[in-house]
Amino acid sequence: MIQAIAFYLFAAVVLISGAMTISSRNPVHSVLWLILAFFNAAGLMVLVGAEFIAMLLVIVYVGAVAVLFLFVVMMLDIDFAELRAGFVRYFGIGLVLAVALVCEILIGVFAWSAGGIDLARRAAPSEATVPNIVQIGNLLYSRYLFVFEGAGLVLLVAMIGAIVLTHRERSGARYQNIARQIARRPQDATRNMKPDVGQGVQL
Amino acid sequence: MDYAANLAMTLPELVLALGAIALMLVAAWGGPAATRAVSWTAVVVLAGACIALTGPASSGGSAFYGMYRADAFAAFAKVLIYAAAAVSIIMAPDFFKRTAGDNLRPEYPVLILLSACGMGIMVSASDLLMLYVGLELQSLAAYVLASFMRQDTRSAEAGLKYFVLGALASGILLYGISLVYGFTGSTLFDEVAGAYAAAPLTGNGKAIGLLFGLVFVFAGLAFKMSAVPFHMWTPDVYEGAPTPVTGFFASAPKVAAMALGVRVAVEAMGPAHDQWRQIVIFAALASILLGAVAAIGQQNIKRLLAYSSINNVGFALIGLAAGTPEGVASVMTYMAIYIVMTLGSFLVVLQMRDEDGQPVETIASLAGLSRSRPGLAAALAMFMFSLAGIPPLFGFYAKFAVFYAAVEAGLFPLAVVGIAMSVIGAYYYLRIVKTMYFDEPAAPYGRGDAVEGGLIAVAAVIISPLGYLLIPALTAWTLAAANSLF
Repeated sequence: MIQAIAFYLFAAVVLISGAMTISSRNPVHSVLWLILAFFNAAGLMVLVGAEFIAMLLVIVYVGAVAVLFLFVVMMLDIDFAELRAGFVRYFGIGLVLAVALVCEILIGVFAWSAGGIDLARRAAPSEATVPNIVQIGNLLYSRYLFVFEGAGLVLLVAMIGAIVLTHRERSGARYQNIARQIARRPQDATRNMKPDVGQGVQL
Repeated sequence: MDYAANLAMTLPELVLALGAIALMLVAAWGGPAATRAVSWTAVVVLAGACIALTGPASSGGSAFYGMYRADAFAAFAKVLIYAAAAVSIIMAPDFFKRTAGDNLRPEYPVLILLSACGMGIMVSASDLLMLYVGLELQSLAAYVLASFMRQDTRSAEAGLKYFVLGALASGILLYGISLVYGFTGSTLFDEVAGAYAAAPLTGNGKAIGLLFGLVFVFAGLAFKMSAVPFHMWTPDVYEGAPTPVTGFFASAPKVAAMALGVRVAVEAMGPAHDQWRQIVIFAALASILLGAVAAIGQQNIKRLLAYSSINNVGFALIGLAAGTPEGVASVMTYMAIYIVMTLGSFLVVLQMRDEDGQPVETIASLAGLSRSRPGLAAALAMFMFSLAGIPPLFGFYAKFAVFYAAVEAGLFPLAVVGIAMSVIGAYYYLRIVKTMYFDEPAAPYGRGDAVEGGLIAVAAVIISPLGYLLIPALTAWTLAAANSLF
């Protein structure tokens, strides 16, 4: 009962915030609606027992992607009214795409029920009693340890590559030397002078 | 799972990865001044990885639930890869020092180490996931290396072209992998092979999905080994990339891609032998023909060597088409001899610089080299004769081995057509020899580097008829490697 209430609550909020995302006039509001949609989608994932995906949604999509969207929307001067101007003109093509997507969903559902993909032969069949975070952790750090670390190396190479290709030493740039700043003592930096009256000061 | 036993089998990759990370830290603090030390340490790390191969890494069997294979085949390919990577590191400093523009930075050896690590993962992969991660690690480092000379627009263009086309090829390969996974239910090579053996590969239904997966996987791999019809990036990238990097591209990644292709063909898709054999035969003949014909009009020596590498990949694929243990052994023999010839050729190309030390890449500038630098001309002539497969040089034995394997497997027409086409290929190799020995001398080259001269001499000795002394050892080693796959 409580599950059904939670499901309809989350689902309704996802649908409403999704509709608001594409219909609100202010792009910043759109991103905020999108974040709300992500949160409620995460709630739905918890309901079906995929708590790992729920956390990914909150951490990755809300924490990183949506914030990045916000930055981009705020920093770039995008005229969204102009982007939407061709709505009626492209409505036909949009409709065709929507029908194609619906067909793909139907074909996917029927292909699934027809068999063909043998899930029992998976490399690591899951047990219903173990939480899926534990399962993923067990797999990542045993069977897939080497591949996981290999993927980490790929990211390291990407980082090195980006720096190698874009970093330039700028000559003449002044950098803050914190160690020198801290090591500087008052007696090195100030002088105690007694200027004579009427002689002015010597700098 | 026994972590110690599993990690011991992957020791070469661990040595390379940890070595690369440590050297990266040295590079970060030492800056460009540390380049020399980092380069030589990287060579030592590669030697260490070779030593690590003597343990469980070459005989341990399967690690990580069958995802990683530590067998004689992987060990043989890794020795070739590490040797080629070490030569690529050694031949870089002199080139960057003398060429106007960018200097060598310590990231160069680090990226080569990481690339070699990726290639090690590739040749040891016995899981589609492992295969892809290794391939991406190797490719990503290679994209950066191709555009290492930032002030040279040709180098930047080469990097971008390689990246865009490489990403496309990765997409094709991934699509194939996802189809194979979808229709077999596993990414492990053993289980994929089981599914190919169980399903009828003719008719409708699952067979079409399995065949599509096979075709896309082979297309993605053909791109990485630059076999026709997925070769179009090769001449442009080879021409634009800095010469030491081109030498690297033409040697180590070729061995890795070829070894990976052999393992996928034999271990994962062995039961679909008749299906992939058609693809391999087409790619082999098309590569040999295009590599031979398109090279004829080239004026740039690096472009010519790019077509030469396409041509040679075609010959190596003939051994794979045989599909027997002897065929696989001949592929590995071919690649071993090929990297010596090709690295030797690129070392000679590095010596081609004018009085000011700037690189010259035109074939016309080789004219009369026999009079100004007789030793260099003799070495290049040997490499060219050997690449053309003219006896008594060692390159002849490589071609002999693959054709012999093809004939043994009953592929007479393939062998006959291949031999006929190799005659076409001989034309442009001989044209270079003719330019060096019979044309009026052009402006002489400046002096070369002693280390590179030594490496050229070593390569020339291996390629010379003295190399035939290596045949018993090479045969025993490649046969042991091939038998570990079957």
